[in-house]
Amino acid sequence: MVDVLFYVFAAVALGGGLGVVLARSPVGSLLFMLATLFSVAGIFVLLEAHFLAAIQVMVYAGAIMVLFLFVIMLLNLGHDFRKDFTFGAGMVAAFVVAGVMAGFLARQFRGSGDHPLYAFFPGPEGMDALLAEQGAVGAIAHPLFTDYVVAFELTGILLLMALVGAIAIAKQRV
Amino acid sequence: MTEPSRIAPEALEAVAQTGSGFNPLLPGLILLLPLLGFLVNGILALIAGSREGNVLRSAALAEPDSEEERVDLQHKEDAPRRATHTLPTWVGPGVMLGAFILTTLNFLRMLGSGLQDPTVITYWSWMPTGTLAVDAAIQLDQLSMIMMMVITGVGFLIHVFSVGYMKEDPGYPRYFAYLNLFVFFMLVLVTGANFPVMFVGWEGVGLCSYLLIGFWFQDREKADAGKKAFIVNRVGDFGLLMAMFILFATFGTLNYQEIFAAAPTTLVYGGGVVTAITLFLLLGATGKSAQIPLFVWLPDAMAGPTPVSALIHAATMVTAGVYLVARASVLFALAPVSAAAVATIGALTALFAATIALKQYDIKKVLAYSTISQLGFMFMAVGVGAYAAGVFHLMTHAFFKALLFLGAGAVIHSMHHALHATHKDWDAQDMRNMGGLRRHMKWTWVFMWIATLAIAGIWPFAGFFSKDEIIWYVGTSAPFGPLYAVLWGMAVVTAALTAFYMARMMILTFHGPNRTGEAEGKHLHEAPLTMTIPLGILALLSIFGGWINVPQSVRDSFFGGFGMLPMSSWLDEWMAPVTAAADAIRLEQLGAYAYQSPVGGGHVTWGFIATGLAMAVVLAATWYFRSKDVPTAVEQGAPRSGFGKILYNKWYVDELYDRIIVRPVVGISRFSWRVVDRVLIDGTVNAVGAVSKGTGWFGSLFQTGQLNTYAFILALGALALLGVLIF
Amino acid sequence: MLVEALVLSALLFVIGTVGVLVRRNAIIMFLSIELMLNAVNLSFVAFSRYLGIEGQLYVFFVMTVAAAEAAVGLAIIIAVFRHYETVNVDNFNLLKW
Repeated sequence: MVDVLFYVFAAVALGGGLGVVLARSPVGSLLFMLATLFSVAGIFVLLEAHFLAAIQVMVYAGAIMVLFLFVIMLLNLGHDFRKDFTFGAGMVAAFVVAGVMAGFLARQFRGSGDHPLYAFFPGPEGMDALLAEQGAVGAIAHPLFTDYVVAFELTGILLLMALVGAIAIAKQRV
Repeated sequence: MTEPSRIAPEALEAVAQTGSGFNPLLPGLILLLPLLGFLVNGILALIAGSREGNVLRSAALAEPDSEEERVDLQHKEDAPRRATHTLPTWVGPGVMLGAFILTTLNFLRMLGSGLQDPTVITYWSWMPTGTLAVDAAIQLDQLSMIMMMVITGVGFLIHVFSVGYMKEDPGYPRYFAYLNLFVFFMLVLVTGANFPVMFVGWEGVGLCSYLLIGFWFQDREKADAGKKAFIVNRVGDFGLLMAMFILFATFGTLNYQEIFAAAPTTLVYGGGVVTAITLFLLLGATGKSAQIPLFVWLPDAMAGPTPVSALIHAATMVTAGVYLVARASVLFALAPVSAAAVATIGALTALFAATIALKQYDIKKVLAYSTISQLGFMFMAVGVGAYAAGVFHLMTHAFFKALLFLGAGAVIHSMHHALHATHKDWDAQDMRNMGGLRRHMKWTWVFMWIATLAIAGIWPFAGFFSKDEIIWYVGTSAPFGPLYAVLWGMAVVTAALTAFYMARMMILTFHGPNRTGEAEGKHLHEAPLTMTIPLGILALLSIFGGWINVPQSVRDSFFGGFGMLPMSSWLDEWMAPVTAAADAIRLEQLGAYAYQSPVGGGHVTWGFIATGLAMAVVLAATWYFRSKDVPTAVEQGAPRSGFGKILYNKWYVDELYDRIIVRPVVGISRFSWRVVDRVLIDGTVNAVGAVSKGTGWFGSLFQTGQLNTYAFILALGALALLGVLIF
Repeated sequence: MLVEALVLSALLFVIGTVGVLVRRNAIIMFLSIELMLNAVNLSFVAFSRYLGIEGQLYVFFVMTVAAAEAAVGLAIIIAVFRHYETVNVDNFNLLKW
């Protein structure tokens, strides 16, 4: 059941990804992107990362993508059907790069399922125990507000800076 | 080693018993006073200099119509005497008077103390490095004391003379600043208790000499003369530095006291080390004292103001080489080859310079070559071990040569005014333009004749006693080698030549009809009192200055009025503690002097021969030049043929040096500039720059400004990193 | 399921890379970058299943950074669009000295 769901989600995610790249209009790309995001969220659930799945749907799909949509609408894009692909040598180079990268990653991921170092880590059973003990939110929240609290606060500052920067860049010159 | 009668044994005994009871009085202040004068005058010079610049600028703005008007304008601007031009009159000679009084007090104290070992006063530790420890220390002994007396005494008189000579000059405060600084450095030179301190003074006087020769630096020729003096002296400084290095390597110290005490036991008599040290010292001495082969700078140094020539290039600085040899007498006594070299160089220089002086027309050039010649005599003296005689001649020479230079200065001053008044563009220093000046400048004429008789070596003037002493010592050195007999002959010939060219100079300048011109003759006048009074004092010293060092045998003869005249052999006794060590070595290794000339005859006999010869030559020259019709410089020009032309052109030594040294150096420099610097070095540097530029240009091709390209390159970079991580 | 998730992640990442390289519409390039970020997130979560909760924490941070980046990036796109009336990156040729 889980495997079947995984492959379904994986297929949708891959299709969405291809759609993002191939869609002619920005709105189409965006919708394909949403499909991918939802599928990946589903895979997160399958991987027992419930909190992140929720965040993915709410923040990523819900907020960020809507922000993209707003911008597309605001700029009135989507009617411009001019081809915006790179052709020729650029396309060949892009696929060469992509191919080499795929090869590298494939080589790197081969055999990652049974590495001897896994013995030193909790593994799925340990994770299940942790989640059962602290809950999906608690398992993330606890280290976030203890060991990683500085990074967490810095993230807050980063968001504030991004906010200020976005307003400063995008506002009309008066 | 010397005549038993020359130094009273009881005097030596008394000295040995009393020991050092010398208690110096503020010796540091003697050095400090001229330095203070330099600072005050230097500040005044800076103030005056900035104002002078303003005046010249406003004069240039006023755009006078003619050159004459511009000159007049400048004279007018200078006319009101400001504080910067009145204060140096008091500060410059004032500090010298203070220093002279202090020196005299110290001298009197030393005189009564019977000082044996030098008194060393250490002020602070100058270079306290691991093995080399040099203190800023001064050493007071008989030699440095006599040098200080000459420097401050003659220096003071020349400072006073300068007031009259230079007060019209816009650079008056600057002049006194340099002069005071020079005296400071000269005092450092003679009082330094070790070689580095002496070297500071040595370099300092060289610097001041350079500054003062090029005092009128707007004149290209004069500035070049300063540079020549400076550069030629560097060659000598190389020798001095090498000597210091070897001394340090040998002794591990540079203090006079320690070196001279250790030298007789550490060094082998006549060995390679001591010979090398002394030959390098000699090279240094030839540079500073203008001896062959480094004498060429001194005649050119006459470009400076005449009182400078008197103080630096006749009385004090150029005697530094003699001082150096006398100071290092122990080392020279240990190196007979070097001592012979000193004497030979002295004799050669004396004869060589005297021949050149025969045919010079510039009054200062005659005196310059005369100075070189007399310095040669001093070198002969210290070369044959007669250190006291060398210092004696140094002192008397300071008197009469300073007098001659100052007298020449008064003449030039007068000539310059006369020619300036009528705007005649004749050379104010060419003797052919003078003649008959005795009618206009009576006192100067009298004083200069006194000095001339003194330098010619005529009894009873100072030069007779000192020069005769030297010739005598060279002659009695004959047992040490046949060389000295030859040197003695050269010395006698030189003495005759000296009498000749000095008489020639006096006749051309002061006697016969006046050749300056009708209109100009009216403007010739005697110098002011500030100039004639120092001349008078120096004239007195030129007469009686020689009476302080007359051997007993001479005193008892006609020359000492058969014992009636107030003479003594004081200087010999005074210098005995300084030269005793060297004398002992010479006596042990070489034996005693012969006490008769190479061709027979004793001291007194040769005294008669010498003064008789000098007198005869002076009379002959006087008779010859008085009867001769002298053309003016414009009529005659430079000699065009014959031996006279060679002498006039100074044996073409400058030209020779130009051929064999200056031109090859210039050629090599040019090669270095055109090939090594421009092609090799600049080429390399430019190539590096071009490569960077080319690389940058190539790199900039990738900077298209296109986001796609950047993204692509970014992806490639990520791939590369990934590849590195995986493989 | 680890290897399968990683393979999916790699494929999504490569697709995102191709998207960034071949598209010229700034918005779509941006979306491709988000796709790459998501692919990375996926591998983090996959590893987290075996190696501990920290992987999920990193995903959390990556999302935050992605949000900030989206805000600033979109602001830049708006500013550029205001100037050029287009979001085609062929026109963005001022990124050089």
